[in-house]
Amino acid sequence: MTATGLDRREFLRASAAVGGGLLISLYVPELDLARAQSPPGAAGKVFAPNAFVRIGTDDIVTVISNHSEMGQGVYTSLPMLLNEELEADWSKVRVEPAPVDAVYNHTVFGAQMTGGSTTTTSEWERYRKMGAAARVMLVQAAAQQWNVPADSCHVEKGVVIHAASGKKASYGSLADAAAAIPVPSNVPLKDPKNFITIGKKVRRLDTPSKTNGTAQFGLDVTLSGMLTALVARAPVFGGKVVSFDASESLKVPGVRTVKQVPSGVAVIASAFWPAKLGRERLKINWDDGANAEISSTKMLADFSSQSASPGLVAKKAGDPVGALAGAAKKITAEYDVPYLAHAMMEPLNCVVDLRADSCEIWTGTQFQTGDRANAAKVAGLAPEKVQIHTTLLGGGFGRRANPASDFVMEAVNVAKAAKAPVKVMWTREDDIRGGWYRPMWHDRFAAGLDANGEPIAWTHTIVGQSIMEGTPFEAFGIQNGIDSASVEGAADLLYGIPNLQVDLHSPKIGVPVQWWRSVGHSHTGFSVEAFFDEVAHAGGKDPYQLRRKLLAKQPRMLGVLDLVAQKAGWGKPMPAGRGRGIATHFSFDSYVAQVIEASVEKDGTVHVHRVVCAVDCGRVINPDTVTAQMEGGIIFALTAALKTEITLENGRVQQRNFHDYPMLRMFEAPAVEVFIVPSEEKPTGVGEPSVPPVAPALTNAIFAATGKRVRRLPIRSSDLAAGAEVKS
Amino acid sequence: MTSFVVNGKAVQTDADPATPLLWVLRESMGLTGTKYGCGMAQCGACTVHLDGQAIRSCVAPLSRAEGKHVTTIEGLSPDLSHPLQRAWIEIDVPQCGYCQSGQIMSAAILLKENPKPTDNDIDEAMSGNICRCGTYPRIRRAIHRAVEMAAQGRTK
Repeated sequence: MTATGLDRREFLRASAAVGGGLLISLYVPELDLARAQSPPGAAGKVFAPNAFVRIGTDDIVTVISNHSEMGQGVYTSLPMLLNEELEADWSKVRVEPAPVDAVYNHTVFGAQMTGGSTTTTSEWERYRKMGAAARVMLVQAAAQQWNVPADSCHVEKGVVIHAASGKKASYGSLADAAAAIPVPSNVPLKDPKNFITIGKKVRRLDTPSKTNGTAQFGLDVTLSGMLTALVARAPVFGGKVVSFDASESLKVPGVRTVKQVPSGVAVIASAFWPAKLGRERLKINWDDGANAEISSTKMLADFSSQSASPGLVAKKAGDPVGALAGAAKKITAEYDVPYLAHAMMEPLNCVVDLRADSCEIWTGTQFQTGDRANAAKVAGLAPEKVQIHTTLLGGGFGRRANPASDFVMEAVNVAKAAKAPVKVMWTREDDIRGGWYRPMWHDRFAAGLDANGEPIAWTHTIVGQSIMEGTPFEAFGIQNGIDSASVEGAADLLYGIPNLQVDLHSPKIGVPVQWWRSVGHSHTGFSVEAFFDEVAHAGGKDPYQLRRKLLAKQPRMLGVLDLVAQKAGWGKPMPAGRGRGIATHFSFDSYVAQVIEASVEKDGTVHVHRVVCAVDCGRVINPDTVTAQMEGGIIFALTAALKTEITLENGRVQQRNFHDYPMLRMFEAPAVEVFIVPSEEKPTGVGEPSVPPVAPALTNAIFAATGKRVRRLPIRSSDLAAGAEVKS
Repeated sequence: MTSFVVNGKAVQTDADPATPLLWVLRESMGLTGTKYGCGMAQCGACTVHLDGQAIRSCVAPLSRAEGKHVTTIEGLSPDLSHPLQRAWIEIDVPQCGYCQSGQIMSAAILLKENPKPTDNDIDEAMSGNICRCGTYPRIRRAIHRAVEMAAQGRTK
């Protein structure tokens, strides 16, 4: 991908809003030309297709969010950025989702999408610029009306004030006049020391609607005459329908029709329940295809043997082989993590209204540009004829940024077959068995220690499927055969170890894989930080102190490490039976360190008592959101560490719902303490960086409590029970 | 024909009495605040009140509601004034928000039966509700805060 958002010509543009008021839009001449050649579809319903803010004559300020809200708080932080410069009355600020348009592209990724913990990084300047331009125009409009110099006016909470005369005018009353003012170029942004809201706790704009049932998710969308469909998908990935018998399905009252679609057989009904009953009564003869032999048990052994020889070299420094051979002490270990499903609380769904010359889609997506292009292909329409209404997302975690647009394309196919507006729903079983998992990964390490017990050599061989291969992200993410997502958090190791090698095997396996909150860091965070603990113990070093020493040239990581150790009381006594584990990880340009206190019962049950987390994510927009994302990421990661795995035998996924793919529950959720390092560096990622250090901090704590080293997730109580040997 | 009362309003439906109440509420009555999460009483996203008891509406057949009172999140208060809603807003509990209707409906029964729950009581009452975003620490805080708010409300 190219950073098209940054280098093309862009201008801000103002216009009168429909029904009065001011719109501030991004104007890109090249895009305007493209639009003129193929005007927007869906009967011109695209309202102000490139606006970022609309100021109504009623004083309501509507910020248009080009990023999707999936819980991470962008429907509050983006308005905060814009309003820092606009200085409207915050109680009048609203937010709504952007339509699909290239002006809304991510400033780095060059596509309209939400992911990689990058919303703030992408929009940090752009939303403030929009707000600043609008403010200057409103002030200018007031100054003209009052016939005073603009610089003799100032703004306060949505009101322009001329102090000398005592004249005041609200933004709403000035909005129409402001729309006629030329848009200023290069309005200087505030010096951060003058920020009014950035950096202060602001309550989320979306909370009230999420406590009274009015928040609208994709699953809640209803259209007049809409049908509901479930799709029976192949039990083996890549399987195809040979034949099917729908006669029993069609007897279910409410089932309208049953049609084959590329992904399986769609049961199209008046509502969910008849669609479900109808699907249960379908008889389908499947051709399982090439993947019917897949066994994750066998993969575990295959990955281990593959890791015995080095793969493609992702990173090399010094002479790791020579240094290992000459080391005073050598240790090795192998780590494993399983396939994982995202298991968002809102299962996937997509509503499609397909007409002869238009296609309207309502769904919670993280990848509008890709979904629109893929939907257009299925619909046989130009992308401009496809409109996506982004709803709230009932969790995303990466699953709703599918490079193949699986759930959107399928829904357009079903809409074609239904010949009516249709909502395609996924049951929880469909979700758990639907693929696009976090890859299964194997990590083999060797470390050489010198006579002082300090590591001088480190080799790390990774085995796991490439996420980006075959996607539009391939050119951007794969260099010399190395998928950066497979080796992130390993090839960029922060520890000062002079002789280092990280290499990669990327086996091709017919299980679709995808980014899952923290992506490659979800395995490297665990394996690197757990093995580092082994290295520290092998050398007789305190794991905190050894980290300090090897992070001497990483001041920001050292900062979070020292902070977390101090807050957690590293080295201080604890109740009997408890162990303390420490881990750090750098991801999404943010620094996180965690200490976990845990104990293990005789039967192997693990109790997580306390998690202390320190984060340095640069300048903070809304500190309570950062805290919430740290808390949430920690709980999410504890579920992965303690509970979940997707396994396959005979090509079939063995889990299906929350009884066998269990989530952490209230009674298991530990106390979480979050500390944010104050920083004036540019803002960096928040949604994902708290995930990677959790599993290693926990397994390191288990080692401290029991002397047992856990090298395979999820942690198995059977391995930790009194008398059990830990298998790895 | 099944007759019952939803959020104080008498309703009748000719839906199949075996249909789970969840789908009747969501699809026939437009009460979409109650969510589908698992369909097998594992996650609690579909929690509603049936004659003052918390039930998982994804596994409760419509017939079970016959002649009874059903309260959904939309009926908890007309104006976000329930102490749990106020506490949820003050503490900014929700992230994605999808599970929160169910969380609040479970918590409402907890507080009705036990106006001053301990952490253990909260664990017992709330462990049937999954939150994938991991808002449990805030749910716990908000329940305690709602207790305080309810007490202040009574002394006013």
